[in-house]
Amino acid sequence: MSQVLSLAAAVEATIRDGDSVAMEGFTHLIPHAAGHEVIRQRRKHLNLIRMTPDIIYDQLIGMGCADKLMFSWGGNPGVGSLHRMRDAVENGWPHALEIEEHSHAAMANAYEAGAAGLPCAIFRGYIGVDLPKVNPNIKRITCPFTGEQLAAIPSIRPDVAVIHAQKADRAGNVFMEGIVGVQKHAVLAAKRSLVTVEEIVDEFSPRSLNATILPAWTVTAIAVVPGGAHPSYAHGYYMRDNAYYKAWDAVARDRDGFLAWMKTNVLDKGPEVFAAQRQRLAAA
Amino acid sequence: MAGYTPNEMMTVAAARALKSSDVCFVGIGQPSAACNLARLTHAPDITLIYESGTIATKPNILPLSIGDGELCETALTTVSVPEMFRYWLQGGRITIGFLGGAQIDKYANLNTTVVGPYDKPKVRLPGGGGAPEIAISCREIFIIMSQGKRGFVEKLDFFTSLGHGEGGAYREKLGVTTMGPTRLITDLCIFEPDPQSKEMTVTSIHPGVSRDQIDANTGWRVRYANAVAETPEPRADELAALRELHARTKRAHGDQA
Repeated sequence: MSQVLSLAAAVEATIRDGDSVAMEGFTHLIPHAAGHEVIRQRRKHLNLIRMTPDIIYDQLIGMGCADKLMFSWGGNPGVGSLHRMRDAVENGWPHALEIEEHSHAAMANAYEAGAAGLPCAIFRGYIGVDLPKVNPNIKRITCPFTGEQLAAIPSIRPDVAVIHAQKADRAGNVFMEGIVGVQKHAVLAAKRSLVTVEEIVDEFSPRSLNATILPAWTVTAIAVVPGGAHPSYAHGYYMRDNAYYKAWDAVARDRDGFLAWMKTNVLDKGPEVFAAQRQRLAAA
Repeated sequence: MAGYTPNEMMTVAAARALKSSDVCFVGIGQPSAACNLARLTHAPDITLIYESGTIATKPNILPLSIGDGELCETALTTVSVPEMFRYWLQGGRITIGFLGGAQIDKYANLNTTVVGPYDKPKVRLPGGGGAPEIAISCREIFIIMSQGKRGFVEKLDFFTSLGHGEGGAYREKLGVTTMGPTRLITDLCIFEPDPQSKEMTVTSIHPGVSRDQIDANTGWRVRYANAVAETPEPRADELAALRELHARTKRAHGDQA
């Protein structure tokens, strides 16, 4: 049954050094505040998993929290490169980063297989391309009925999934809507889960009968962090901070500039800074 | 002097390739501009799908990312990412996949993964994202890329997504039943695959562009079709729609700064 905790206590309760951690959110509802708390608590040797590592993973990698990254598209959307991730891959700074690279289809299938309790994901993909040559976790499997050659990769079953959602209710059920990405799959595939939310409400209303809801007994810990997805967005609460994504490019280019920025904006701050961003970008 | 830029010519030429009946899987950036221009001009009923799960989206401004709120709010419906890739893409529901790339070769294979060796890259690019499966699951693929020697190369450093492989029946031999890249639109010209060799061949040259210019901006020896057309110039209504779209986008993104 999910427990409502402070963000610091929730991270402490769910994420350990050396864990495989999937922080998901496909552009929408990216759990930035939780990522910052992981950095503040100096988690080490994490095996990070995320389809689209963007700014939050650039920060975790640059701060030395990760030993490995599994991903399918690593960039600053619409802006360019992730300079901290590139520095780790190209120059081993702050230390070497092992990568396991996939396609979106592969990772989406692997999360679904993880949630479904299957050992592997099977799909039509990875044909005529080089990733199978550099990623030994990509194999071929023959359909026993048609003989078709399909791609297979291990399912994703992280130690912990971290997501941000719009609301939880007092019983600890979690509600999200809009671009829902792979978050439900990631939580159901993981051993533990941490969900940050914009608010806790008495009732999820109005809602559709098929709203995306994670029952309280599938979630380990909930923390209320208004604005906790910033600079990503929470549909109905605040807009994506596109200017922040553009500004990140300059911050991340330089190691010293990056470290100074992280000290000022993350290490010396707490989750309360996200509430101010939410107010600034509040949905009309 | 032309009343439009080479980039505008490219976007307009790419938009013209789309029809109202198309179901189009849209890449971010140049493809997104072209697809929305088509929707705002001659193809109002085109179904635009972004990999974030938004189906039949009608954004008023161009999204900066593949999952901006604008895409979800203006969509007919939004599905999860696994559903998008499994049912809609792999399920064969998409007629056109519209891609961009960092490097392309003469068979329209694309690289968006690394420049240099994979283990010790000179430049680490973002990676494939949806492209490897878009390239094999959509009925056909359109590609839009600004032309230059850095991007149009004789040999790719990495095969991120399959075009026509090594040419000829390469796709069929791998068991791929879709058509692959049928059009490559650049800021200089339009390429289409030769029916037999599948080598991308220039079939239309944009107004004011010379063959020397195309040759000088391509890393392989360019083949030209027997009959090469001149791409019709952008019409006033096409340019107006494109410029208004960019102006709206700039206002919306700039307002937040």
